[in-house]
Amino acid sequence: MRKNKALLFAAIVLTGFVLLAIFAAWIAPYNPEEIVSSQTLAPSTFHLFGTDDLGRDLFSRALYGARISLTVGFVAVVISVLIGTLFGALAGYYGGAIDLIIMRFVDVMLAFPSIFLILAIQAMLTPNIYNVMVVIGATSWMGVARLVRGEFLRIRELQYVEAARAIGCSDFRIIFRHILPNAQAPIIVAATLGMAGAILTESALSFLGLGVQPPTPSWGNMLMDSQAYMFDAPWMAIIPGILILVTVLSLYFIGEALREKLDVRS
Amino acid sequence: MLEVKNLSIIYGPTKAVDNASFSVGKNEIVGIVGESGSGKSTIALSIMRLIYPPGRISSGEIIFNGRDLLKLAEKEMINIRGAKISMIFRDPFTSLNPVFKIGDQIAEVISLHQGLNGKEAWEKAVEMLGTVKIRDAVGRAHDYPHQFSGGMLQRVMIAMALACKPEILIADEPTTALDVSIQSEILALLDELKIKYGFSIIYITHNFGIIKQICDRVIVMNKGKIVEEGKTGEVFSNPKELYTKKLIDCLKVLNKV
Repeated sequence: MRKNKALLFAAIVLTGFVLLAIFAAWIAPYNPEEIVSSQTLAPSTFHLFGTDDLGRDLFSRALYGARISLTVGFVAVVISVLIGTLFGALAGYYGGAIDLIIMRFVDVMLAFPSIFLILAIQAMLTPNIYNVMVVIGATSWMGVARLVRGEFLRIRELQYVEAARAIGCSDFRIIFRHILPNAQAPIIVAATLGMAGAILTESALSFLGLGVQPPTPSWGNMLMDSQAYMFDAPWMAIIPGILILVTVLSLYFIGEALREKLDVRS
Repeated sequence: MLEVKNLSIIYGPTKAVDNASFSVGKNEIVGIVGESGSGKSTIALSIMRLIYPPGRISSGEIIFNGRDLLKLAEKEMINIRGAKISMIFRDPFTSLNPVFKIGDQIAEVISLHQGLNGKEAWEKAVEMLGTVKIRDAVGRAHDYPHQFSGGMLQRVMIAMALACKPEILIADEPTTALDVSIQSEILALLDELKIKYGFSIIYITHNFGIIKQICDRVIVMNKGKIVEEGKTGEVFSNPKELYTKKLIDCLKVLNKV
């Protein structure tokens, strides 16, 4: 029961955030990039979340920031799942030398401290949200690859795969039509948990100034803006901090619940 | 029609099949009998060219309609599997993909080999379900494998195997996982369909009783070697090998109990 309540709470929160992000343009009372009031005003009925160091409305910035952060998290996870599934499927299905090469590549990728790898790549590229999505996706697919490989190793031995071969299916068809649909449950779980990770990474990057660039708001760069005003205007830090925390926590709750529902081993 | 010549298959250091030669004629039912690990299933898989590492076909030829299957490109082999030679397996419960509808799985083999579009292939699939005597084929085609019983699943496998009118059906212990009354239903169905469509059957089993019931000719295997071959009646009344005698005696003992 407690678990179900947590799941319900998480689902409602997340759906709410997604809706707020989608309809940000209609809900936001002010332009998020425009100076509309005095600097660092405390939350009030005029400025629900207060204003920041430049006098921008934080509620509007949080809404548009949700749009950026959730989109970056989602697209990054889609990229990472696509790469991870492709590599994992090929490694698990073919085994042998292909498996060896792909899995050693995975090991090498995992051996890099990922945040430094991302920082190094981001430092070379122009930091914009598209690069952020691609870089996060391209550095976080290894877990998915291992997982998918494991599923393929298990499923490829099952009789229905042999039966599919016996009716004349090509390898391509067996991998994508016969095995992949049977491996989707753990992929969905990994994607949910991965999205939480991607949102955190995006926040960290933006906080360090290598992610989403001002004046475009994201939860991470809102945190960055707050650094110098931590004591004078604590709401500037608390609000994006809570938004990130609640979103990531909700995704974890949903991921765990899905894991149990779909009976996936970790 | 099918001729296996000096076939040897190795799994690492072990010889799973050792220099086996036999042939299968048109409309003939040939039984391959032997205990577990005697290499009978390995032969079946090698005819479909479905031996994967660490297994390897080390020598021999499998001539089908004048062409050596072992020399064909994988692309050509794909057009033979399921169309000219098809196969049904021991365990019908795991032979069908759990996430697809029964009708879709039969339709798949039809669209793969006969180039029919979705709707035509589906209709043909439903027709095949009727042919293997699934009641309410139109409705049941929408079911998933877990909604079918073992006997029905094996019928579905037979429908898939015969959908493209193959010349040879390889049946690898198709009734071992089923109970005895279902077993005789499946055997009767195979017999009936064979008369209707005309195809050869390679029937693999460890059960000499089934061999006696349906096979024209029998091949006895032991430890990867073919130890005896002949007309079913002759082998039964006058087995030459001690091993064959033992297998037949087992059956007699079982029948007495």
